[in-house]
Amino acid sequence: MNPRPSRFDRALFFTGLAVLCVWTLLPIYLLALGALGGRDIVSQWPKPFAPFSVALDTLRTFLAIDGVWRATWVSVKAAAMTMVMALAMGVPAGYALARFRFRGSGAYRILILMTRAFPVAILALPLTVSFIRLGVYDTPFGVALVHAVLATPFATLVCASLFMGIPREFEEAAWVFGCSRFTGFIKVVLPLALPGIAAASIFAFVLSWNEVFAASVLTVRQRPLTAFLLSVLSESPLHLQFAGGLILIVPSVLFIFLVRRRLFAMWGIGNR
Amino acid sequence: MASITIERVAKSFGEVQALAEVNLTVADGEFVALLGPSGCGKTTLLRIIAGLEAQSRGRVLIGERDVSDLPPRKRGLAMVFQNYAVFPHLTVFENVAFGLRMAKADKARVLAQVEKAASLLHIEGLLKRYPAQLSGGQRQRVAVARALAVEPAVLLMDEPLSNLDALLRLEMRAELKGVLAQAGTTTLYVTHDQTEAMGLADRIAVMHGGRIEQVGTPSDIYDRPRTRFVGGFVGNPPMNFLDLPVRDGKADLGGMTFPVPAGSGSQVLLGLRGEDIVPASEGEPGFVFTLRVAELLGPQFLLTGSAAGGQPMRVVLPAGGTLPPLTPGTDLRLKPDVARLSWIGGDGIALEQRS
Repeated sequence: MNPRPSRFDRALFFTGLAVLCVWTLLPIYLLALGALGGRDIVSQWPKPFAPFSVALDTLRTFLAIDGVWRATWVSVKAAAMTMVMALAMGVPAGYALARFRFRGSGAYRILILMTRAFPVAILALPLTVSFIRLGVYDTPFGVALVHAVLATPFATLVCASLFMGIPREFEEAAWVFGCSRFTGFIKVVLPLALPGIAAASIFAFVLSWNEVFAASVLTVRQRPLTAFLLSVLSESPLHLQFAGGLILIVPSVLFIFLVRRRLFAMWGIGNR
Repeated sequence: MASITIERVAKSFGEVQALAEVNLTVADGEFVALLGPSGCGKTTLLRIIAGLEAQSRGRVLIGERDVSDLPPRKRGLAMVFQNYAVFPHLTVFENVAFGLRMAKADKARVLAQVEKAASLLHIEGLLKRYPAQLSGGQRQRVAVARALAVEPAVLLMDEPLSNLDALLRLEMRAELKGVLAQAGTTTLYVTHDQTEAMGLADRIAVMHGGRIEQVGTPSDIYDRPRTRFVGGFVGNPPMNFLDLPVRDGKADLGGMTFPVPAGSGSQVLLGLRGEDIVPASEGEPGFVFTLRVAELLGPQFLLTGSAAGGQPMRVVLPAGGTLPPLTPGTDLRLKPDVARLSWIGGDGIALEQRS
């Protein structure tokens, strides 16, 4: 048993909690206020705690903008493809990292992390050129390709830690009782890792859904929602921008909320 | 059903030698225990037989078939793992049926085999549950049922009882013996627990440092250890070892002399079990044992002290009957059972049993 936390510890704990809550929730709150509170509330100061009349006109106006739905659909397509590609590479690579001892596995691990440190901005021009040459410029697939590059390292490392968390004996038992390495993986490892893999795939989806730079650079007409909003709304009134922002973050917040437990588990934070 | 033949199997992990040319034969339907301290290579040997580890040299035969290079699934064996490895995402029924399903057995056979194995292990009532809802002992039963359901030619068990608490272990041990005798499966059983090996096995192979030190029936192992290690590892308390001088082919133990088998030099090691020693009556020849501590262990006394020039020695005397006074510091006159002496040469191997 832990000793009873002192009053000071408790105060510290709740202060920290409050700061974190404000840190994450305040922007979302302001966003929502701007989007739902109508035109006036945006420029009003001090702001009211809650909009006294929730006005959905702004959202309605926003959704009526020509091309919003098309951009959303492009975003969904790109995000889905990102998810599939990240998993197609991340699951086997993670399995290899978890189960096989091979020369350079440590270096490989670090290399995977390094790809995340590579700035997309530098890649933008060469990427654009080669994408035009390959014929994938201005397609959801092209966007997904770049997003998959961003999402795969994460998927790989998460899958590796998932597979490492599954005792080897389960697989060995599967082999002894008639499985090959592949069928053993399908029948035993995959079902056990599935919740974690689902969480990782949602994370990949959200990553693609939120990404704006590559999406903007690599598309002209087939713009994903983020890129579309950036180009269309920069000229729009403020409350419309807020509405766009709100709609953009809703899926991510929802998804992350759904898989939050899994994400914590993946990162080794043993919360319930 | 099939026999297991291990021919000159060796295994090294890089520089470390885990197994040094092991030979062992397990006859059809026989129950052999691999007994040894941790790190002796017994689990490695079992995993090589299962195909979970590749041997560096040598061959493994199951029946007449050389399985040395086959993957585990093609070896026709089943295994019970130390931590059971019962699949947590499958019900007990599906766990037990796993091997049959992989072998594409038809529905009727799956049902019949699972029922048979489940009733053998008394888990009929648990078939619909998930492993998370089971106790350790129940999971253990599921693991054994899963292994028996495929009617394997060979059953391998890796310390299957070591994760159970002491009482349950005793119960499962007795039950396992009954179940396996009934199934008649060739079984190789890895354990570091000598009472388990003694109680379960037809024969025991005692391993030490990557070698098999002795193979024999439990009483062989206990009564006639082939090496000093076996004598010291098997039995509780372990066998006493006394360094004795030899003159004219006779060893001298505190005034008593015993003929020594040929092959000893001027020194010989006498292996003597604590319970093979009794008090010497008046006028009988005996040796002097200086008592340090006497402990009453239920039906017997465990005496710790020294003999033959201060060499440590432990003696077990039945608590009933007439006993000399057991005050620490006294000298007792004792005599060994002459028929149960083990003589061990300078190389640690018994003198009568050199091969």
